[in-house]
Amino acid sequence: MSEPVLRFDRFTYRYPGAPGPALTELSLEVGEGEFVLLAGRSGGGKSTLLRAGCGLVPHFHGGAVAGELTVAGLDVRDHGPGELAAVVGTLFQDPETQVVMGTVRSELAFPLENRGESRAAVARGVEEAALALGIAHLLERPTHELSGGELQRVALGAALAGRPRLVLLDEPTSQLDPVAGDELIGLLRRLNEEWGTTVVLAEHRLERCLTAADRVLALAGGILACDAEPGAFLAWAAESAPALQTPGASLLARAGLRPPPVGVKAARATLRSAGALDPLPEAEEAAIVERHRTETSREDKVTLPPTRGAAPRPDSPPKHRFRGSRADANAALRVRDLWVEPPAGPTILRAVELTLRPGERVALMGRNGAGKSTLLRHLAGLQQPTRGSIDAAGRVALLLQNPNDYLVHEQVRDEAPRAALALAGLADHADRHPRDLSGGERQRLALAIVLGGGLDLGGPAAGATSAPAGAAAAPAASAPASARGDLPAVLCLDEPTRGMDRTHKAELARLLDRLAAAGTALLVATHDPEFAASFAQRVVLLGDGRPIADGPVAEVLAGGWYFATETARILGGAAGALDPVSGAALIRARLAARAAAPARSPMPARSPAPARAPAPAAPAPPAPTPTEAPR
Amino acid sequence: MGYQRRSSPLHVVRAAVGSGLCCALALVALLYDDPLVLSAALAAALAAGALAGVGRALRRTLLLALPFALVIALINPLVTEQGVTVIWRFGELPLLGQRDVTLEATVYGLVLALRALALIMAFALFSAVVDPDRLLRLFRRVSFRSALTATLATRMVPVLQRDGQRIADAQRCRPGPPPSRLALVRAVTSGALDRATDVAAALEVRGYGAARRPPRGDWREPWSRHDRAFCAAAVVLALLAVGGRIAGVAGFEVYPSLATSWSAATVLFCLVLAVVPLLPFLDRRGIADPPPGGRTPRAPARDAVALRDLAPAARELRTPARDASAPPVWEAAR
Repeated sequence: MSEPVLRFDRFTYRYPGAPGPALTELSLEVGEGEFVLLAGRSGGGKSTLLRAGCGLVPHFHGGAVAGELTVAGLDVRDHGPGELAAVVGTLFQDPETQVVMGTVRSELAFPLENRGESRAAVARGVEEAALALGIAHLLERPTHELSGGELQRVALGAALAGRPRLVLLDEPTSQLDPVAGDELIGLLRRLNEEWGTTVVLAEHRLERCLTAADRVLALAGGILACDAEPGAFLAWAAESAPALQTPGASLLARAGLRPPPVGVKAARATLRSAGALDPLPEAEEAAIVERHRTETSREDKVTLPPTRGAAPRPDSPPKHRFRGSRADANAALRVRDLWVEPPAGPTILRAVELTLRPGERVALMGRNGAGKSTLLRHLAGLQQPTRGSIDAAGRVALLLQNPNDYLVHEQVRDEAPRAALALAGLADHADRHPRDLSGGERQRLALAIVLGGGLDLGGPAAGATSAPAGAAAAPAASAPASARGDLPAVLCLDEPTRGMDRTHKAELARLLDRLAAAGTALLVATHDPEFAASFAQRVVLLGDGRPIADGPVAEVLAGGWYFATETARILGGAAGALDPVSGAALIRARLAARAAAPARSPMPARSPAPARAPAPAAPAPPAPTPTEAPR
Repeated sequence: MGYQRRSSPLHVVRAAVGSGLCCALALVALLYDDPLVLSAALAAALAAGALAGVGRALRRTLLLALPFALVIALINPLVTEQGVTVIWRFGELPLLGQRDVTLEATVYGLVLALRALALIMAFALFSAVVDPDRLLRLFRRVSFRSALTATLATRMVPVLQRDGQRIADAQRCRPGPPPSRLALVRAVTSGALDRATDVAAALEVRGYGAARRPPRGDWREPWSRHDRAFCAAAVVLALLAVGGRIAGVAGFEVYPSLATSWSAATVLFCLVLAVVPLLPFLDRRGIADPPPGGRTPRAPARDAVALRDLAPAARELRTPARDASAPPVWEAAR
């Protein structure tokens, strides 16, 4: 291995005023031309590692460091971010705050001008960076007119304009839609392969970029927990950090197959070699998947605190008085012929018809610009439609994308009623400043704010999953009985899982499940099919301003190509299996059927993959022991 | 209003030339009292804006400026006692004493209003057609940091406007009584400070902390035909304005009584003043036709890169070496 570009040697760092170190005794090396993926839960130290690599830690943030850190041979204690910028390009989450100039050309020229390059060198650097990143057509555009994806590419262009040896990226896709995010990952892979640029990328959706990575570093509590190539990382994750497993790896692990797949293609290769792609009769597969989906759902319900009182079932009449006609009496929300035609610009929504029943959980999906956010804003009354009608059985609450926009007080307790805080699992944080909360906690606080006081659901807080049952119990008994009347009839959430890790998504899904059980209809705009599969009963797919698909979640997300979970893509949408639990059950059944009929269908002798013997039809214990466990 | 990118000859010229033309228009408005000349300057600014594709923005600014001009026109006759032709007597007013409105003061109020409109339109044109980044680059050699600060302020205005709109929407989504104004101001300030911190970090990693002065005169931007044409127009306009003033063309005396020297020459002079800044627009060579909607279309999505080999050779797991000796602690004070 050539001289490392990035070298941490027993590096420890503590933020000013922090009780403990954010990075502890970190020792690792990143070689020239490597593509390294940083994995770990929120708060694990990924961002701090990247900020140390570009010199912001400690020069910008202050704090105390111990140990050594060199970047391309430069000691960060002696060289600040300005000097390191010549060898390191850095990209953060929010593209809006990273672009500092008025036009794209100026933005790309800025780092070169800072280095005192001649105007000819600046002009050449700008042209080359723009062409390499495919943004030459944007050069004369004002930066405030660019979309999020374009802006992030421009920021990446500015980071790369000086041709740095190392690029550090901190969740650069978290604010982007999946299409723009995938484009950015593809771009990074091309830079790494064609230019030999060393890439260190922190990301939550590992399945999106694992195939591009040479190596994965997992951080937990500021400590390096795993340093391995992607396959070995997945084997480690199956045993030590299930939250970091990709859905594909979880699927095969539950089915008792190895090795953990790094992508969909590898998963299908493993299944093919094990003979698990041969389908059973359709009805039989459907029954298996349905049975396991029901079991999964029941398992989830068991983990939830019990709800109190008579929560209306989705098919029961609503408790709220409905303002619409008698025929709509069992709907929480009814949208009729909704058109949004701005005075200038194209039509955004066209004749949208949508009905939600009380307690129904609906995912609203579609590409960027399809009209998802606009629809939610109209439902909540933030905007007025050109024509059409919206009838709701009660209040329509809306949680917008950025939870920080809701936080206006000095203490968490002042932001939302006690019951709402308890429901969101924030009862123990009542005395803290809202902006001191983590990203996931802020999201839950914003949800508590929009829910308001009507939270007489009974039982302990759903959000506090890590706490023992009842530890953060909602003061439901003390809540006024009339509070139920304040519970929104419909709760709309706009991209609530942006930048969230899997654990926080699971917590949010459980919280939403609890609200649905209390009779609130949920409409969640999301780009995340895995999250949609985990909480929704129904998916509405928007395209060109109107619903182009509306059906049960299994039907829409299993049959799609882009809007599909990883499990569905691996299994080709078989029997509507969306999650690893039902998918694994289907695989085990196929393997059992194959084992039961060896004469008719012998195992292929050419199978190169180290597949296990067919597992029994009964559910196998999850997470098989990996062949080699990383440190 | 702010800079609006359009496909026009005036938009492609260097910032110094674009600014020069607008300054020449402003100079005309400052040097003359004659309503015909002021009207010519105003018409030239509006026509240049229309030809540059920013006519709508200029019209909006004009509508906003009209009440301001009206106030000037109304106040001047009330506060000025010069002039000999009394057209209205207020009599004895409390505190103000005897007040007479004269024809001359009224006309001069209109002249002032017209001059204000012409100046506002000249600077509105400047704001709409001169790229602030290019303009600030002119000043970088003088003061790099001040120029950058001004650029950042310009860039952050729309960003903070959007932030404010988002916060307002979020507060509308709150059930119950809205939070106090103080709480909102605090939230907005806090959000702006968060933004500022993020921008500061972005500046640091773009090498701002180690910024160096660019080398002198290593490479000069070539003068385009449009640069030359607009530069010539600005120079001619400025010379005409100064020369005409010295020669006493379009003389207009208001006090003590109205005295004009309007003639065919005056009208011709005004026509020349109005037409000169528009002549460079006749040449559109090298100017792209504006795309539909006035914006550049988005690039098509790039093709996906071929998947990497999914079965790379197994790598030896890296175990960081650990020394027994503890490294020294280095405290960073900030």
